[in-house]
Amino acid sequence: MSQWYMLTLVGKDQLGIVAKVTTALYKGGCNLGEASMLRLGGNFTIMLMVSYEGDNKQLYDLLKEVVRELNLHLHIDVIEGHLHQHRDPEVRITVHGADRAGIVAQVTSVLTEAGLNILDLESDVGGNTNNPFYIMHIEGIATQGIAQLSQALQQLLATQHPDLKVQLEPIETLVM
Amino acid sequence: MSLLEILTYPDPRLKTISAPVTEFDAKLQAFLIDLENTMRAGPGGVGIAAPQVGCFQRIVLLDVSSKPKIKHHGNLVLINPEITQWEGFEIGREGCMSVPDYTGNVIRAQYLHLMAQDQHGIQHEYDMEGFEARAIQHELDHLDGLLFIDRLVSRRHDLFRRKVYVSIQTQPHLSSEKAIDR
Ligand SMILES: [Zn+2]
Repeated sequence: MSQWYMLTLVGKDQLGIVAKVTTALYKGGCNLGEASMLRLGGNFTIMLMVSYEGDNKQLYDLLKEVVRELNLHLHIDVIEGHLHQHRDPEVRITVHGADRAGIVAQVTSVLTEAGLNILDLESDVGGNTNNPFYIMHIEGIATQGIAQLSQALQQLLATQHPDLKVQLEPIETLVM
Repeated sequence: MSLLEILTYPDPRLKTISAPVTEFDAKLQAFLIDLENTMRAGPGGVGIAAPQVGCFQRIVLLDVSSKPKIKHHGNLVLINPEITQWEGFEIGREGCMSVPDYTGNVIRAQYLHLMAQDQHGIQHEYDMEGFEARAIQHELDHLDGLLFIDRLVSRRHDLFRRKVYVSIQTQPHLSSEKAIDR
């Protein structure tokens, strides 16, 4: 019986990481599930659901060579994985402003308190070394309604970050 | 009442280009009833195109009236529909009964002018916008063998600004902008 694993692979970005990793998995009899792969700060990062009949050690052995060749960090977790259970986001929040410590912590803390269940968060630092700016997109489910989130953000801006730019919009999915 | 079976991706029949309707007979009326029941039983219930149930004719049902505070024309039977004018574009999230467990962002025209016949073959014209315009564009694609997953834009990077719902004010003494009424 096959088991779901979560693979985390991180290394210096270079050509062919995805092709080499997924080819090794394919040849070893793995099936791929949902994945997130992206370049972060010059590194390439992979989070990948893999379904496999063997154990942790055997899975590691499948990737041993590629990992050595590309100098990747590999981490393997046994997980309880499920496909076909996507949840649709209800709200999207964009935050940007001059970069400083604590933006993510403070914004996500007040949002959590106001009932936001985060499904997806991506953030980036733009600008240049002297004038960095921080930008973040969050999609999630408003378990206590969107008005609560809006209120919480207004409160945060009024009391702590008057210069942050924050936008909030509902995501209405039309199914046809 | 009977529910029709929905074809789901990757069924190749969803790529079929549907043919115009020429007979507005009793058989068509009976089919429309089954098609509407199938639409209402689905997860979205706002629209359906005949090819989704394996009938490759240019027939669309639309009813976005369940969405609050939007402009719409109620329950529509649209036969041989044809968009004659487009204006603006907007990004929005779509799902499809023929593409279970997946939703994605698609760019559609914001406003459009549509010509279509009703169940008796009488020609009508409609000016549509917002959700209703999005829905008919999605359904017209079905008639041409296209799915919304053929038109996806990245989930991660918005190519176009979306409609802003609430801009959280940066000055504490200013009241928050009202939600844009759609
Ligand atoms: Zn559809």
